[in-house]
Amino acid sequence: MSLPRDIVRRRVTVVDYGMGNLRSVAKYVSRAGGEVRISADRADLEWAERIILPGVGAFPDAMAELERRELINPLRDMVEGEKKPLLGICLGMELLAQFSPEVRDTRGMGWVDAEMKPFDRASMRVPHVGWNQITNRNPCPLLEGVEDGSFFYFVHSFHMVSHRPELVTATSRYGHDFTAVIQQGNVYGTQFHPEKSQSAGFLLLRNFIEKDL
Amino acid sequence: MSFVRLIPVLTLKDGRMIKTIQFDQYRDVGHPRTMGKVYDSQDVDELVFLDITATQENRAPDYESIQMFAEECAMPLTIGGGVKSRDIIRELLNIGADKVVINSEAVRRPEFITEAANSFGSQCIVVSIDAKRYSGSGYEVLIDGGYERTGLEVVEWAKEVERRGAGEIMITAIDREGTMEGYDLDLIRSVQDAVSIPVIANGGAGLLVDLLDLIKETDATAVACSSLFLFTDNKPIKVKSFLQTGRVPVRPI
Repeated sequence: MSLPRDIVRRRVTVVDYGMGNLRSVAKYVSRAGGEVRISADRADLEWAERIILPGVGAFPDAMAELERRELINPLRDMVEGEKKPLLGICLGMELLAQFSPEVRDTRGMGWVDAEMKPFDRASMRVPHVGWNQITNRNPCPLLEGVEDGSFFYFVHSFHMVSHRPELVTATSRYGHDFTAVIQQGNVYGTQFHPEKSQSAGFLLLRNFIEKDL
Repeated sequence: MSFVRLIPVLTLKDGRMIKTIQFDQYRDVGHPRTMGKVYDSQDVDELVFLDITATQENRAPDYESIQMFAEECAMPLTIGGGVKSRDIIRELLNIGADKVVINSEAVRRPEFITEAANSFGSQCIVVSIDAKRYSGSGYEVLIDGGYERTGLEVVEWAKEVERRGAGEIMITAIDREGTMEGYDLDLIRSVQDAVSIPVIANGGAGLLVDLLDLIKETDATAVACSSLFLFTDNKPIKVKSFLQTGRVPVRPI
């Protein structure tokens, strides 16, 4: 028999590296059943059962901030060593990639075999801002119960490209299909903002917190 | 696929939500927290929230009221008013903004647009342009809540704003704002055609058909309005169902 929902509260740390809407993310995680800390301390990463890397900003500044706050090594220990599930949101997802050309060429955490590419400004309005539908491509625990065609909120100028199609668990379409959700092992990323995507976003975050990943 | 965004614009003055007419006379329409709850329950696509006197009063945005509002709203928030440094942007993002609006400071110090875009990403930076028509000279950019003429021509300024790295432009027709007489289609079309970043059209919506005309006539992908929601019985769900009937792709509520 499973415990009532309000008793199972997983420990979630939202990584504070000075980039973005930490409080919106934390508030939503707590509604979705997490016990939340917003922190840049190794101890809180060790405490966590789930780690969320949020982010609004530009790629090079974000990597520099992770470095300045000495978060790179603790994050690597948790994700590569202890295999804790980590979810990157928007810029946080982009940081999972090998590389991004935003502002200037910068290396990312390299947890997913993918890199960032800019949308083509010649053929459409960039950034891609607003609500868009996703299509499920590969099974992913985050997307369980999230219907094909659900709407999520996007704000981005770059999109993730992987030569391993099996990692792309959902796509959306803006001019062409692009990666909306990616998963490689215990590392997950959403190009959209689940914390701003109302009911579908809530389901996805709850999956990340509640499922045995 | 591009779904048209429906964006209520909410304005703050002295800790209260208010609504102006042509940037001038205003009416009190509620408390930030209550307003936040109302819009949250309506599942709108996105909200613009402006502290409209911050610049004139030469102060930082009213973080306390903004946070009160943001805490109630699990939806995309674009926040502005008095944004003139990266520290202010950082704080607004921290208390719940997804994007920030820059207006007067962009004119005073255009390099600020680039600084902000390089630090926070273009997708985060919305430049708001308040436009007024003068006979003989066309549309001019006004700043400081419509108090200050700049001599800048609107389309030229919109192009520069894009060149300097803004991710979006919000264009407001001062003459129409709060009048509920319909959007200024010439103005919006000219800006929409001049740039390739998304444009949020604002100022003048009074009837549902005003929105449909705007979208059909200008290919606008983001429509802002406020009086329509505050002073009529139209709710976002009704507006969207009307637009759907008019074959406009919108996210169903």
